[in-house]
Amino acid sequence: MAKLKVEVITGERVVYEADDVDMVIAPGAEGALGILPRHAPLISLLSMGEMRIRKGNDEQSLAVFGGFIEVANNVVRVLADTAERAEEIDLARAEEARQRAQARLQQRTAEIDRARAEAAFRRSLIRLQVARKRRARQGMGSGASGPIEGQG
Amino acid sequence: MPQAVTPREIRRRIRSIRNTAQITRAMEMVAASKMRRAQQQVVSARPYAERIRLMIGDLAAMTSPAEEIRTFPLLAKRPIRRVQVILITSDRGLAGALNTNLIRRAVEFMTHERPEPLENFDIVAVGRKGRDWLVRYGWPMVAEFTRLSDNPTIEAIRPIAEIATTDFINGKVDAVFVIYMHFINTLRQEPRVLQLLPIEPPEEVGEIADYIFEPSPAAVLQALLPRFIEVQLYRALLEAVASEHSARMVAMRNATQNALDLVDELTLTYNKARQAQITREVSEIAAGANALGSVQA
Repeated sequence: MAKLKVEVITGERVVYEADDVDMVIAPGAEGALGILPRHAPLISLLSMGEMRIRKGNDEQSLAVFGGFIEVANNVVRVLADTAERAEEIDLARAEEARQRAQARLQQRTAEIDRARAEAAFRRSLIRLQVARKRRARQGMGSGASGPIEGQG
Repeated sequence: MPQAVTPREIRRRIRSIRNTAQITRAMEMVAASKMRRAQQQVVSARPYAERIRLMIGDLAAMTSPAEEIRTFPLLAKRPIRRVQVILITSDRGLAGALNTNLIRRAVEFMTHERPEPLENFDIVAVGRKGRDWLVRYGWPMVAEFTRLSDNPTIEAIRPIAEIATTDFINGKVDAVFVIYMHFINTLRQEPRVLQLLPIEPPEEVGEIADYIFEPSPAAVLQALLPRFIEVQLYRALLEAVASEHSARMVAMRNATQNALDLVDELTLTYNKARQAQITREVSEIAAGANALGSVQA
């Protein structure tokens, strides 16, 4: 069966690259996009959210924040404004950011601040979701419940 | 050769020049490693930039000129009365003729190449050296960005892109140019002028003509254009950083070489002076002995 080649790139670097992917689920601007091999050529805007990359039984998550996705000839190219792999996300920092944003949302502040706080809140939630999923999967694999030690 | 210089003074000078050579050599190494990093950054920024370029080229070819003006203000060409110039210089000196060349190019551009009178330029200074120069000679500066990092992120250039875009859309300026040092290789850099706005869509390749677009081709193009501005600015800044460090590396290498040449020369002078002193002392002793001898005789 045909496989997908997947590239996630930002203005600064290549964040993710693989060429034996079975399925990609990306946060399209018009709703989630599921992409299987032999998908029709497509260019879509991305919103912010979790991007899932499935290889057999293995699934990896990335946090992507806006940009574009391009699909053609079994190549999925994501041109993200910002993108982070699960293992790059600092869980403690994301949690801190969430609390900060939440505190700011509870105060009565100017409209523009509110919009910024909301965006920050959403970003932190996505980061937490992506990072926690990875932790849960690793916990399952090793059977340990304590903090994960530097694996990958 | 001035007789007044004693061997001891020469020795002191040799020591101080050796110290200078050590410092310039260390600066050369630092610049070399920073240059390599900047070059790497230029390379890793390339795939994204190329893809954005291609998509803009193809999508712009699908829109008519009338649509361009109505729905894509960033593509709109209009008569140019006021011009914004983003001048990218380095924060620090000791980089040879780098900033001088950049400023000379900017002056040439504003006084010879553009027909607009000087008061119709708004200059955005990126880098302390350019800022200082503009302030000293009273050029019309509207914004300044200094102390950007040696490994800039896209985030760092967003405020600069923001100023250019807002001023262009509001009609404050009718064109925006970037002047930066283009990195050719370690020994050669060249000041370049890049038109940032209005966006000149790149050549169309026709690669994405029959795609499905979500939500629509126009919406995708609309979202791509600001990214394109950022990508171009980011690239110019990375090139500028690579150029700065390679210029400094070469300048410091020359400085080290000059210092070592000077040490060689001074060592020779020192030896001569020492020999002259010995000869003088010997002849004084001999003369003294002679004088004594002739008294005794």
